[in-house]
Amino acid sequence: MNYRYLPTTDRDQQKMLDEIGVEQVEDLFADIPAGVRYKEDLQLPPSLSEPELVKHLQGLAKRNIDTNDYVSFLGAGVYEHYIPSVVNHVISRSEFYTAYTPYQPEISQGELQAIFEFQTMICELTGMEVANSSMYDGSTALAEAAMMSVGQTKKNTVLVSESVHPEALQVLKTVAKGQNVEVKTVSIANGTTDLNDLKEKYDDDTACVLVQHPNFFGHLEDLEAVEKVVHEKKSLFVVSSNPLSLGVLQPPGHFGADVVVGDVQPFGIPSQYGGPHCGYFAVAKKFMRKVPGRLVGQTKDENGKRGFVLTLQAREQHIRRDKATSNICSNQALNALAASVAMSALGKKGVQDMANQNIQKAHYAKNRLNEAGFSTVYEQPFFNEFVVDVKKTVAEVNEELLKRGMLGGFDLGSIDQKRENQMLIAVTELRTKEEIDRFVDGLEEIV
Amino acid sequence: MSEKQHALIFELSEPGRVSYSLPDLDVPEQSIGELVPTNYVREEPPDLPEVSELQLMRHYTSLSNRNHGVDSGFYPLGSCTMKYNPKVHEDVARLPGFAHIHPYQPVSTVQGALELMYELQNSLAEITGMDEVTLQSAAGAQGEWTGLMLIRAFHEANGDFQRTKVIVPDSAHGTNPASATVAGFDAVTVKSNDRGLVDLDHLKEVVGNDTAALMLTNPNTLGLFEEEIVEMAKVVHEAGGKLYYDGANSNAILGITRPGDMGFDVVHLNLHKTFTTPHGGGGPGSGPVGVKEELARFLPVPTVVKEEGYYRFNRESERPDSIGRIKPYYGNFGINVRAYTYIRTMGAEGLRKVSENAVLNANYMMRRLAPYFDAPYEQHCKHEFVLSGRKQKKLGVRTLDIAKRLLDFGYHPPTIYFPLNVDECMMVEPTETETKETLDAFIDAMIQIAKEAEEEPETVQEAPHETVLGRLDETTAARKPVLRYQKS
Repeated sequence: MNYRYLPTTDRDQQKMLDEIGVEQVEDLFADIPAGVRYKEDLQLPPSLSEPELVKHLQGLAKRNIDTNDYVSFLGAGVYEHYIPSVVNHVISRSEFYTAYTPYQPEISQGELQAIFEFQTMICELTGMEVANSSMYDGSTALAEAAMMSVGQTKKNTVLVSESVHPEALQVLKTVAKGQNVEVKTVSIANGTTDLNDLKEKYDDDTACVLVQHPNFFGHLEDLEAVEKVVHEKKSLFVVSSNPLSLGVLQPPGHFGADVVVGDVQPFGIPSQYGGPHCGYFAVAKKFMRKVPGRLVGQTKDENGKRGFVLTLQAREQHIRRDKATSNICSNQALNALAASVAMSALGKKGVQDMANQNIQKAHYAKNRLNEAGFSTVYEQPFFNEFVVDVKKTVAEVNEELLKRGMLGGFDLGSIDQKRENQMLIAVTELRTKEEIDRFVDGLEEIV
Repeated sequence: MSEKQHALIFELSEPGRVSYSLPDLDVPEQSIGELVPTNYVREEPPDLPEVSELQLMRHYTSLSNRNHGVDSGFYPLGSCTMKYNPKVHEDVARLPGFAHIHPYQPVSTVQGALELMYELQNSLAEITGMDEVTLQSAAGAQGEWTGLMLIRAFHEANGDFQRTKVIVPDSAHGTNPASATVAGFDAVTVKSNDRGLVDLDHLKEVVGNDTAALMLTNPNTLGLFEEEIVEMAKVVHEAGGKLYYDGANSNAILGITRPGDMGFDVVHLNLHKTFTTPHGGGGPGSGPVGVKEELARFLPVPTVVKEEGYYRFNRESERPDSIGRIKPYYGNFGINVRAYTYIRTMGAEGLRKVSENAVLNANYMMRRLAPYFDAPYEQHCKHEFVLSGRKQKKLGVRTLDIAKRLLDFGYHPPTIYFPLNVDECMMVEPTETETKETLDAFIDAMIQIAKEAEEEPETVQEAPHETVLGRLDETTAARKPVLRYQKS
């Protein structure tokens, strides 16, 4: 059997064994106790040639319905957006994707500069002063923001709105348990954070308040009102935000957020069944030295030329070890690069244009649905998602939509049985008027 | 790019240029102020660059030319397994049926994806000798934390709340103690002996009824196999603790030995190391976690199960003792597709040859370099080895200088100053995908540098000479941080 990734020939092997001074490769494993030496063949499926392999993978892929072939109204944290063709061309440059963390800046300026540019773009979008090089995803970024707040304030409770993404809330609870931090949830009133419940639960032990804006239901939160409560006792104000919405919405930094997190998946990253995506993490300057993960900074080389390096590394696990407040090491660098390229391609004009198309088309869809007799569950300002009562269970409706070549919106009944008729509908710039009309017509027929 | 400063994309920006194309809005347009309260309407647009498509491509192409990857040249960065990233993986991961599927589609519409995940779970369980695997962790560090949370849940389920300590060797990667801390444990260090292995007597001293787990890489970060692993497992298990296997170094053991057989209870793997998924300039990775049966009920939700030929996710009600969710959706699926493809390419025999050749290459390099640098340990190494630059240090040439000099030869240097227990350490991991010619050329460069250290040390001390930039001022970068571009 030949293996195209293994270049060592028998002749090479013999020369190398001679140099080492052993007779056979097996001798190099003599230090493994016989009792734990694995002698059989692993029970794995047989090795495939490249044509067989491609055929096999194509076969698996074909058994999935994809959003290129079906018209999708699914969102709930993961969105189908326009991905400029340049994105894939840039991230396919193997100088980028076959490198690792830029530990040697002299031969990693490409990656370092690209991250520095990413950090700048995130600051621009969020209205914050400092952004890191990436986190795993929006949910773990939110959990890290909570833990950073605990470390910063020495208070041990985090208050989180129930209108954040339910999976982000679950991740937060798991992470908080690890660090023995208490998580208290703030209830929802009319589709947004209940300010009265927030005020009631807010106390001296509150390290931070976490809200999502636009929230899980697509609605804008009253950031002004929340901010006033949060800063009463010097807690941190953490806002999770879809970065695309910030093309038209006032950035959280404007409302006094201390930390802004989220996922840049809407910029150039395909849904790919939920990952890899790419979290971002931005803070006010005073928290610069508390930020988890890697930061790239500008400096000069010995000849005075501008260059970039990993910096403020004293925060990180490889220096602080058990004193570190985050253990993140590998992050989502290539996805951050994809997002940078997408943000560069869209540019100042395109990010506003695309965000505007989202908000316009989503409102068109909402109005059409209302006209067709489907009521919106909440009357709240929203960006590109909203909740509609589809009169039957969403599960039933989606099954019917599928037959019509459409993927219906997220079934809120899957997280709360009382909501089994509520569909969270996402409308992005990729949905045409004709598709939206077809969706509304389809719903009318089904119900 | 030596002639002038390399521009930032913001510095190429010129108002009015675009590099995107969207159709005109085909629905009636309203002013944003009518759709949301006016105080939520953005006043100042984000100042993103305004460039043409060609400008954009030239910018990123020129950045890529200032970056060294495995495809550019040898990259023996110890502990990171910088092996070749097969191109077919990139093709299949981009198939629409994998790249453009939504995590909330009905599972009946993504059976191919679930089958792939199910098969990958099983293959990784077989390779590690574990009973069950979750694909959720995004990277090695998240895998470590997940594994420790599982161990914590196990002890707590037994009413065992006094197990607050996680033992890590002094040679461990920094993520190990950091993961212990964020999982709510105190990290305790166990010393290495003069053979570079865990000091069994010291382990016996630090182990006790407060031990939650011992975290170990095997082979360890010095590239040496912990020969007393069976005894160590016994010591820890007898004290009621669990054994955690950090899979960072599993490129040495595929089909050779299995963590499950060595006595480990929990394992994580770095698919971006051993299983060829690209490192991406720092990520994304994937860090699946495998466990023995008695820990399976604590695994994060969801994992994929198969019932009468149909794949589905197990329900939360089927895992009432789960530690909960650790990551949204189902892990870094796109990365897991690549790892699955690799396993299907290599098969059992191929994977064993991977480890055999990785170990052969490392030993060959170590023996050839030993006359010129200090090789602190006598025994055969596994997939990587360490050298100490203390001989050169006496000549005024530091390991950092040697690393920088290697850049002039077109190589990425080894990992340096790690592990912490070897003075002036260089940790070399050639991987199995390199030819003997490449190894020989690198060895020749190292020998030349050793000679330069003796005869013309300034050539090494002042390196690099051939890169786009000279050594960078990291001190000022940290003292006066500039972390974003500002228009002047």
